[in-house]
Amino acid sequence: MDHILSLIIFFPFVAGLFGFLVNKDSVRAYGISVSAIEFLLTLVLWVGFDSSNAGYQFVEYTALIPSFGMSYYLGVDGISLFLVILTSLMTMISLIALNIEKDAKNLIISVLFLEMTMVGVFLILDVILFYSFWELSLVPMLYIIGAWGSARRVYAAIKFFLYTFAGSVLMLVGILYMGFLYHEATGIWSFALPDWYLLQIPLQMQLWLFGAFFLAFAIKVPMFPFHTWLPYAHGQAPTIGSIILAAVLLKMGSYGFVRFSLPLFPDASVYFLMPIAIIAIIMVIYGAMVAYAQEDMKQVIAYSSISHMGIVVLGTFAMNAEGITGSIFLMLSHGIVSGALFMLVGVIYDRRHTKLMSEFGGIASVMPNFATIYGIMLMASVGLPLSVGFVGEFLSLVGFYKVNWVMTLMAGSGIILGAVYMLNLYKKSFFGPITHEENRTLKDLNGKELTALIPLVALVVILGVFPKPVLSTIDMSVKKMLSLMEQKAVENDTRDLIINVNSIGGKR
Amino acid sequence: MLEPISINVASLNLPALLPMAILTLGALGIICVDLAVKKLNRSFYTMISVLFILLDLGAVIGYNGPTRGFFDVLLIDGIAIIAQVIILVASAFFLPLSLSNRHFKEFEMAEFYALFLFMIVGFQFMVVSDNLILIFIGLETASLSLYTLIALHNRAKAFEAAIKYFTMGALAAGFYTLSALIFYALTGSVEISQIEWALVDRNFEPLVGVLAGTVFMIAALGFKLSLVPSHTWTPDVYEGSSAPLAGYMSVVPKIAGFIVAMRLFEMLILSGVVWLENVLYASVVITMTLANITALVQEDVKRMLAFSSISHAGFIMGAILIGTTQANVALFLYWVLFMFTNLGAFTMLWIVRHQKNLWDERYQHPFTKFSGMVKIMPITATIMGVFMFALAGMPPFSVFWGKLYLISAAVNAQFIYLAVIMAVNSAIAVYYYMKLVVYMFLKEPVSNDAAIYETNASTPLKIIVGFAAVVTISAVVLVEPLLNIITKYVTASGF
Repeated sequence: MDHILSLIIFFPFVAGLFGFLVNKDSVRAYGISVSAIEFLLTLVLWVGFDSSNAGYQFVEYTALIPSFGMSYYLGVDGISLFLVILTSLMTMISLIALNIEKDAKNLIISVLFLEMTMVGVFLILDVILFYSFWELSLVPMLYIIGAWGSARRVYAAIKFFLYTFAGSVLMLVGILYMGFLYHEATGIWSFALPDWYLLQIPLQMQLWLFGAFFLAFAIKVPMFPFHTWLPYAHGQAPTIGSIILAAVLLKMGSYGFVRFSLPLFPDASVYFLMPIAIIAIIMVIYGAMVAYAQEDMKQVIAYSSISHMGIVVLGTFAMNAEGITGSIFLMLSHGIVSGALFMLVGVIYDRRHTKLMSEFGGIASVMPNFATIYGIMLMASVGLPLSVGFVGEFLSLVGFYKVNWVMTLMAGSGIILGAVYMLNLYKKSFFGPITHEENRTLKDLNGKELTALIPLVALVVILGVFPKPVLSTIDMSVKKMLSLMEQKAVENDTRDLIINVNSIGGKR
Repeated sequence: MLEPISINVASLNLPALLPMAILTLGALGIICVDLAVKKLNRSFYTMISVLFILLDLGAVIGYNGPTRGFFDVLLIDGIAIIAQVIILVASAFFLPLSLSNRHFKEFEMAEFYALFLFMIVGFQFMVVSDNLILIFIGLETASLSLYTLIALHNRAKAFEAAIKYFTMGALAAGFYTLSALIFYALTGSVEISQIEWALVDRNFEPLVGVLAGTVFMIAALGFKLSLVPSHTWTPDVYEGSSAPLAGYMSVVPKIAGFIVAMRLFEMLILSGVVWLENVLYASVVITMTLANITALVQEDVKRMLAFSSISHAGFIMGAILIGTTQANVALFLYWVLFMFTNLGAFTMLWIVRHQKNLWDERYQHPFTKFSGMVKIMPITATIMGVFMFALAGMPPFSVFWGKLYLISAAVNAQFIYLAVIMAVNSAIAVYYYMKLVVYMFLKEPVSNDAAIYETNASTPLKIIVGFAAVVTISAVVLVEPLLNIITKYVTASGF
């Protein structure tokens, strides 16, 4: 298991290259097989993962450009482990559900390349290489949205690309500045994240650097007011694009906060805590309200993503073990649930070629299985207890409660709003009389769709009832990160806050 | 009565002249062969020229004599050697592009190859000297050859381009001589190193004179390097020239110009006169930004690439502005990587060239020409896409590493604003490069006939594109060795 991380990153890439030689009739089976093998590899990684070791495991290190301190540096810890598994799972599921026939070969190869970049982002510990994969992930997505999307796909693809690319160029300057600071402090060039963790930076400089990194992550999450690309991208993307976008790509941004912003700039994170929390609350409430106003099912789910990502950000900036662990768990659950919801919308879109709620009504009686699964996913999305959505949302809010209970209350109202728009969607589309004749003959889920969806339903229930194995692994690495933050904080206020929010009654 | 001058031949260090002599002999040889034997095939001339270039390359790399030679007008230091290597390697790659599938009149003529070699000699003289007069002679030799090479393409647009380039170039030559004259008047010398000593000696007084000399020099080199506002000729000239020559022009004359600029401006920036730095700073920022913005609205790929090459030149001038060793290393690293990618991009344009303007009356390579190319020729489209993303500075392709190192140099020298401007410019630039990718990958094809895209494709061209693509994609492993070599030479010459 020495090189399993390299294997996990580059297996989809190599398989994608070989995919060019596969005949287009069999390429779908090829894609599913490759992604299944990849998923198995990530499961092997989990089995081999030592849950009592909070540090990086399976570390691989090779100097790449030694005179500039750049290296090929991989490692996995509790924070990234499950995001990698989520990536491979959702890629596999989305390929199983894939029903695009046109140029399917190009699409599947793009998805495999995309999988490489996404897994790479979560596993790479060298910052420049991280940046490379971060940017590279845009290219296959550009192609997927732009070539297989609906009417305004090209506009949506370009907007997605430019928005996220422009956001991350400042991060590059920030990265290089960090490299410079590290060189000033130690006399050696290094872009390895674990090295950078040890660097104490004065507050003023932290603020600037935090800003440079923040913009890139905030656009990716997407945080208000940088969220405008998301509804467009979702609205125009093909189902498989939406699934991967919602399930994994957005998580790259929130992962960036956890991996970079907090441990590298603890003082700046605390300094900006309130403004970010306010933005997060705006995301929760505003996203929910806009979602309620939508007539298009897919847009409802797109805006609900913004709302949920608001809670993820809030949990991350709670600065305590509960909040951060909860927000990472919420990333996983949101990945599963929103992926499933987009897939379900895709199912109905394939049958009716519309996503407008007004075109439906009373579908529950025609498509009972579809309605049931939709209902379960909806409840998970709202955060019903014992479903996967509840765990992360609850922990994130509990975490932030220690920072500020008023704001937590406001964010909590987002859950109620979430129930409002989701139940409204469900009522309009699934209950009541059948208003459109063509809806009477709709076919229920077929075998392919059930194969893709049932595992997700199972996960929603299992992880909702028994999240402990996942949570404890995440928690361990998060706690290690928090103690690092506390140690390297340069301001006493920061240290006080971190100790305060991580203990009950002000004592540890 | 003049004193008789007696010189020891050994003190002339004639081997220093050997690289240039090889090519000059080669060029003369080609003319003689043409006189004796008519109707030799273009492949003969191409390969003979490439061989001479390779011999020259060997002479450049193998040279280990004193840095000064030939009445001390030659200066063979580290940067001169790297610059010559870049010039020669680029020439060796661009010249075989004449072996395209279709026949062009200029490539059938021996004069083309002779002029090409003379041009290289000119560029070499520009970089191996710090004598303003010798630099001028090199500059003019190269430029006059280049004007003629452009005109040999024998189209109305080519004549227009040649005349335009010639007129602009003549103006630039005027500025250059004026600047050299001012510096001579101020210091009594035409050698950059001695000018520097003389100026430092008297603390850069009179300032007006120094500024006038600098401004004229910026204007003169600005033409060659296509810095805004002296960039107006670039798109028209590129459009009028054949694609290989346009690609060549975007790489080789500029590196020669950069060396001269480096030798001159490093000295001037060291003067500590804030005004000088500001002039250069402004020109760098405006060149990058304005060219990028203009490139956004181009409808022709070749013109877009012309504006993009202006913007890249702006980036490189940024390196000269920063002036640290790391920045100078970044300059060469950037340009080496840019050379291969640009070679690839222009070769692709050359491959898809069609004798008629089927897509647009005005332009030869409008964006619509590339519509839906991925459906007709997937491999061609993918390679072109890689070149475009590489030029845009998308990791992990070639130019990204140059950009990375350059921005890092800016950050390390506390040019934070410049670093941010460079980064923002990369973000602007990605749009127009991506436009071509969008056309190729996301739009529907205009015609399904792959043959019209392949009329000019031949095996040598495909090999060159393949090589450029391999270098572009695998750049990450080349960076370390390149950095080591370049750093060695640059630090050895004290920059």
